[in-house]
Amino acid sequence: MSAGMSMHASGTEEYQAVFTGATLERLQEILTRYPNRQAALLPALWLVQEARGWISDRNMAEVAELLGLTPAYVKGVVTFYTMYHQHPVGKNFVQVCTTSPCNICGAEDVAMAFLEHTGAKELGATSPDGNWTVIEVECLGACGFATPVMINDDFIESVTPDKVPELVRKYR
Amino acid sequence: MGFPHTPHPRETLVLSKHFGDTDARTYKGWVKRGGYEMLNQALAMEPAAIIEEVKASGLRGRGGAGFPTGLKWSFMPREKKKPHYLCVNADESEPGTFKDREIMRWTPHGLLEGTAIAAHAIQADVTYIYIRGEFTEAWDIMERALAEANAAGVFGKIKIYLHRGAGAYICGEETAMMNSIEGKRGNPRIKPPFPAAAGLFGMPTTINNVETLAAVPLILENGAAWYKGLCLSNPKSTGTKLLSVCGHVQKPGNYEVTMGFPLKDLLYDLCGGMRPGRTLKAVIPGGSSVPILNREEAESTLLDYEGCVEKGTMLGSGGVIVFDDSADLVYQIMRLARFYAHESCAQCTQCREGTAWTTKILERILAGQGKMADLDLLLDLADNMTGKTICVLSDSCAAPVVSGIKKFRNEFEAYITGNRKPVIAA
Repeated sequence: MSAGMSMHASGTEEYQAVFTGATLERLQEILTRYPNRQAALLPALWLVQEARGWISDRNMAEVAELLGLTPAYVKGVVTFYTMYHQHPVGKNFVQVCTTSPCNICGAEDVAMAFLEHTGAKELGATSPDGNWTVIEVECLGACGFATPVMINDDFIESVTPDKVPELVRKYR
Repeated sequence: MGFPHTPHPRETLVLSKHFGDTDARTYKGWVKRGGYEMLNQALAMEPAAIIEEVKASGLRGRGGAGFPTGLKWSFMPREKKKPHYLCVNADESEPGTFKDREIMRWTPHGLLEGTAIAAHAIQADVTYIYIRGEFTEAWDIMERALAEANAAGVFGKIKIYLHRGAGAYICGEETAMMNSIEGKRGNPRIKPPFPAAAGLFGMPTTINNVETLAAVPLILENGAAWYKGLCLSNPKSTGTKLLSVCGHVQKPGNYEVTMGFPLKDLLYDLCGGMRPGRTLKAVIPGGSSVPILNREEAESTLLDYEGCVEKGTMLGSGGVIVFDDSADLVYQIMRLARFYAHESCAQCTQCREGTAWTTKILERILAGQGKMADLDLLLDLADNMTGKTICVLSDSCAAPVVSGIKKFRNEFEAYITGNRKPVIAA
């Protein structure tokens, strides 16, 4: 079974496989880079997250079947890496670096400003309109440009609390 | 995206010569600047001759450990009986460090050229460049550069692929990185076997840092003697080092200086000193994993491997974190401990428990509920976390705690005695 087409969710809704068409082709190209199928696991999980926004247990089972692994093994890997979402997040996912080098430059105020202006209220929670999830993240590796913030795949440097309202308007 | 600062006259521009020049990012632009010439020459050389040249240059690993690069390459089997692999460590995530990101952003072809030369020197069939998941801009630039170089056919038989990390500091540890590429949790492996004997997919493997490999084409171009001559202090530390300066200085950023450059001059001259009305309190010179220096120590440190060891710390990755007198070191050390607790892979008990309890005790002190005995408890924990685990993450958590308590004990005591108001909720 190559694309998991015969898989069904446990409920009544039919599971829509991620790895079909162009996504499956991309995975097949990725598989040529490694001497075994397991090594394509991290790239495959990225493809799932790109397509669905997060990685469900059912997605993990599909990946497991494609790569010859068990669902439990795949889950073990997913849970190790913080960038893989095991639950849906807001349309805009905001990560504010608050590790020491940014912390001493006021990073916690930046995180608070995002909570205030997005309505997300609490770190890790999603705003009632479903548009925003804000988290504190450990070192983003841009300490000289405090405070770096990632909004989805965009990497934004030198964010201060006064720049937050404009950023929120831009992504809203 | 930020552009780098205008170079300071006291910098030595070797790796950073083309930083800020967008044309140098393109294949054509790189070739126009003499790029890929050294790769062409290297591909016609015997691998052993390249290794000898790099050995003679004195180049040491820029990721943190400072191991001699040529010597590392020479551990790979000379007679190739199995596939050989090269892994490029672009998982830069040591707090305070942001130099590899800058190399990938501005001179992706310089990194690719050094990578291909190294692959030829160790007879690697396949190379994986492991880029941390958060470096989306660097990834796009590297992907474009790799496609251009492949289209031009510059790598010959050498295959280079990018591999994206997914948010795990520990994957910057070389054996954890190999597990991660293999599609596993990023748990470090017990050594031996060392990677050169049994590494990625069980095959002979070398792992090199981005900054290390970016220096290789320049060493071949200008000669080992030139590189060796770039030295202001101890002859065991040669070449230039990119220092990422962050925290409380007027002009943070990446500064490239010759090995042995005085830390004092870096801070007060190149980086413009402290903010008005502020004075220097402490410096972590080599990324958050190395011991903290107080002001007197920092102002007399020479920035090379030996100069930092002389002051009881390490050059590490060259991430210089600067704290002025406004910084609450107890709180910042707690933040570092929390970082290590978050990033522990949890394989070893000393690390899993030690990083978590260190964080909890520091939080308790900051909440005004600490006891004097907590300081000894922290030191005792740190002792049990040092030199007793598979990798050095646990040691890295202990380093700022031990040096912090030793050098800034009064700040901890102030929270315990109630002379300082609690800053976090109990």
